[in-house]
Amino acid sequence: MENNRYGLNKELAQMLKGGVIMDVTSPEQAKIAEEAGACAVMALERIPADIRAAGGVSRMSDPNMIRGIQEAVSIPVMAKVRIGHFVEAQILEAIEIDYIDESEVLSPADDVYHIDKTKFQVPFVCGARDLGEALRRIAEGASMIRTKGEPGTGDVVQAVRHMRAMNSEIRRVVSMAEDELFEAAKQLGVPYDLLCYVHENGRLPVVNFAAGGVATPADAALMMQLGAEGVFVGSGIFKSGNPRKRAAAIVKAVTNYHDAKMLAELSADLGEAMVGINEQEIKILMAERGK
Amino acid sequence: MQIAILALQGAFQEHGAALDALDASHFEIRQRKDLDRPFDGLILPGGESTVMRKLLLDLELFHPLKVRIQEGLPVFGTCAGLILLARDVEGGASCFGTMPIVARRNAYGRQLGSFHTKGEFGTYGTIPMTFIRAPYISDSDQGVEILSTVNGKAVAAQFQNQLVTAFHPELTKDCTVHAHFLQLVSNTLPQKAAC
Repeated sequence: MENNRYGLNKELAQMLKGGVIMDVTSPEQAKIAEEAGACAVMALERIPADIRAAGGVSRMSDPNMIRGIQEAVSIPVMAKVRIGHFVEAQILEAIEIDYIDESEVLSPADDVYHIDKTKFQVPFVCGARDLGEALRRIAEGASMIRTKGEPGTGDVVQAVRHMRAMNSEIRRVVSMAEDELFEAAKQLGVPYDLLCYVHENGRLPVVNFAAGGVATPADAALMMQLGAEGVFVGSGIFKSGNPRKRAAAIVKAVTNYHDAKMLAELSADLGEAMVGINEQEIKILMAERGK
Repeated sequence: MQIAILALQGAFQEHGAALDALDASHFEIRQRKDLDRPFDGLILPGGESTVMRKLLLDLELFHPLKVRIQEGLPVFGTCAGLILLARDVEGGASCFGTMPIVARRNAYGRQLGSFHTKGEFGTYGTIPMTFIRAPYISDSDQGVEILSTVNGKAVAAQFQNQLVTAFHPELTKDCTVHAHFLQLVSNTLPQKAAC
């Protein structure tokens, strides 16, 4: 039986569902994340909040740093490449990364084209702000989608906006008559067959996580109640007062996102949350990168 | 017959869909109070075993479930679920440890080692099999029945009322393994008295 790589890659995303993927910058942090119950880690040299503070061009992490994290943990390891930088992606594939995030958090390498992800054996996750972006990334070969949110801010407003936009457009597509789908595909700038999938199934053809600005157990549960199938937490954990405790609390909040009593317990005594910046106060909107 | 599906993390909805296809009723276990509902069988899904192990302990599900499994509750573990049931785990910590097998975690390497294949399952013939960062059974005690072997490695087994697969039957449309599990559950139920 032929191995359907894309199918296997979508299936790995299914195994991550209901879980929390945490940004880590060292093997020590990766260990803490794994012990706290992360279902995968994102290896990067600087977390988004620090990228934002440092400014300048940010790129793929040092492969040796990523290897160190691969050796430290047994859970899947993801890493980021710049939008359109297919050579960075080739390098990550060469070190057998489990998932590549073609990410707006890094400086884009191409302001027109995304990576042709169908050319790769390893899976890709991509950010999206709405249904059109999500389906375009899937057409390019992404096997998992996450909201873009606004990374490194600790402000959940954009992740909420993107998740709501996606879900409301999905509901609109579901309610369309079949002959309206052709025009909708044209307007959204997406392949007709992917739009038909959404029309018939009422969901994206791949797993959809929330990302960008999630800082508390309540934020994570909010995204789950809004329909996310799991959560990425970037700066929110290791920029907070007690990363170990906060990470474990967010993991439990994602499992029991409907239980307000448990969420109350999980939200208590977590120490200081990351300070965060409001979306009006930031200079660079990373979510604007790659459309 | 009521089947409980451990829904802490991973592909638990897919198991629900497979049980729906077989008209078996089921519910999810996410916390201690969910154990108050009666159930006749338990499914431990695929996902990350480290996550499920931690949440089982933190949410105080570990001991009550372990006791029920030891008392003979039929249980079916896929991939991570196999690791949770194994007595010993190479490359990780054991969890329930109720099944006398040794599981090798991530036995086929990273995601690039994941694969689809077909193989024999017990006496049921050939079924599709999906291996995602899968383990295999590297050793087992006498009394453990090996139901499937792929590339010389044991990938499905049964010991008394405990059934495990290293692959994911819940990701395929083939319901053979789930039907086998439901039969196992039904065998443990008291026979309905004729009246």
